[in-house]
Amino acid sequence: MRVQNEYVLKLIEKGERIDGRALDEYRLVQVEKGVIQNAEGSARVKIGNTEVLAGVKLAVEQPFPDKPEEGLLIVNAEFSPIASPLFETGPPSEEAIELARVVDRGIRESKAIQMEKLCIEPGEKAWAVFIDIHIINHAGNLLDASALAALAALLDARFPGWDGQKVDYTVRGDKLPIQHKPIAVSFTKVGNTFLLDPNLEEESVMEGKLIITSKEDGNICAIQKTGPLVLRLEEIDDLLGKAGKYAEKLRRMV
Amino acid sequence: MLKRADGRKPEELRPITIRAGVIEQANGSALVQMGKTTAVAAVYGPKSMYPRHLRLPDRAVLETIYAMVPFSTKERVRPGPSRRSIELCKVIRQALEPVIFLEEFPKAQIDVYIDILQADAGTRTAAINAASVALADAGVPMRDLVSAVAVGKIDGEYVLDLTSEEEDLTACDLPVAVIPRKEQVTLMQLDGDVSPEDVKKLVRLALKGCQTIYQKQREALKRRWIDEGAK
Repeated sequence: MRVQNEYVLKLIEKGERIDGRALDEYRLVQVEKGVIQNAEGSARVKIGNTEVLAGVKLAVEQPFPDKPEEGLLIVNAEFSPIASPLFETGPPSEEAIELARVVDRGIRESKAIQMEKLCIEPGEKAWAVFIDIHIINHAGNLLDASALAALAALLDARFPGWDGQKVDYTVRGDKLPIQHKPIAVSFTKVGNTFLLDPNLEEESVMEGKLIITSKEDGNICAIQKTGPLVLRLEEIDDLLGKAGKYAEKLRRMV
Repeated sequence: MLKRADGRKPEELRPITIRAGVIEQANGSALVQMGKTTAVAAVYGPKSMYPRHLRLPDRAVLETIYAMVPFSTKERVRPGPSRRSIELCKVIRQALEPVIFLEEFPKAQIDVYIDILQADAGTRTAAINAASVALADAGVPMRDLVSAVAVGKIDGEYVLDLTSEEEDLTACDLPVAVIPRKEQVTLMQLDGDVSPEDVKKLVRLALKGCQTIYQKQREALKRRWIDEGAK
């Protein structure tokens, strides 16, 4: 393990990676929508061997008192033990909670969903959008894959029926009002180098990540520094300048 | 120029009070008030890590436990961990870890408990300011203190140290923690909708605010250990 770690670090110092990619090169990204019939929207995202499933379910609930004319958004992530020897059963881990909250912030703050269009009856009834992220195989870079899967599932989602009394899940109605496409890009620091789309070997030796979620206009809607890394101002400037460009490449996939 | 509800200038901090050594039972402690936001931190350790299987052979484990007390906000906060507080514990820990010489204490643990007694925005940054003074007060070897503050953008102007009222108006909320002497960032989060240029400028404004907080943190430690210690 130690020998491998040192090997990974040495390569990256030279600007190389164990799987031969360039530092800013993603593994093969595949997005497939509509993979779960019983969900209102769903998507499977593969980035190399990493595989994430996102499902959207809708229900009618009471709006929050401070936002009586808006729908609700709930993002949850499950790190199922099927996906990795690193995952255990039990309540969601710190990592799973952080991931879900960072994905949530990207969608919420970019106003990707027109929340006011989810209102049925102000203060009484509105659509609640549940996005559940389920990890199928963890081979690194879960966050970028999860955020992409969540967005793809939202774009795939359609309203079920609503007769004023109950929801009819056999109906596949209109699309959800999605107006923006926020994309998360995780800049991962290994040694003194920032790289994109880390695999597991690289994540095991990383200092941490700066996750930047941006919209199609280049504006930034969420940032999260994760891991014990420290950032110099010039490094932050550099990554802020690059985030939009890499996000655009991923955006084309959904 | 932007008029702030409390009369501050855009680049002005709220009044800050910092006191070190406020909890007699703890190895180190601190109270930080930034405006109405009040955080108290207590350090227990370094001590032997239990359960044993969690011990690390080459360094201590840092544990940060952030909690809002039930009466800290207008609406009662349900006691116990929430998804928000679990995330905050993680980012606070990772904001402090880089300055602590954890490798000096193999197999040990250092617990930092941070209670928010009153919340008016900026609780995670107040928590970091308090935790860092408490760690120093406990004599834990550190490279430097960590100082933190949140910044935002209201009516096109960059503003330092947001209140709750301002959090509803800002285009973004950007909490930042830094190692002041090295000008390195150890915590950075953002929610909002702003340009990359805005973020660059805001981080620099936060750094400036942190330098002021840093002086207050140092003064608090000096009062506790040099002025009061001499009596």
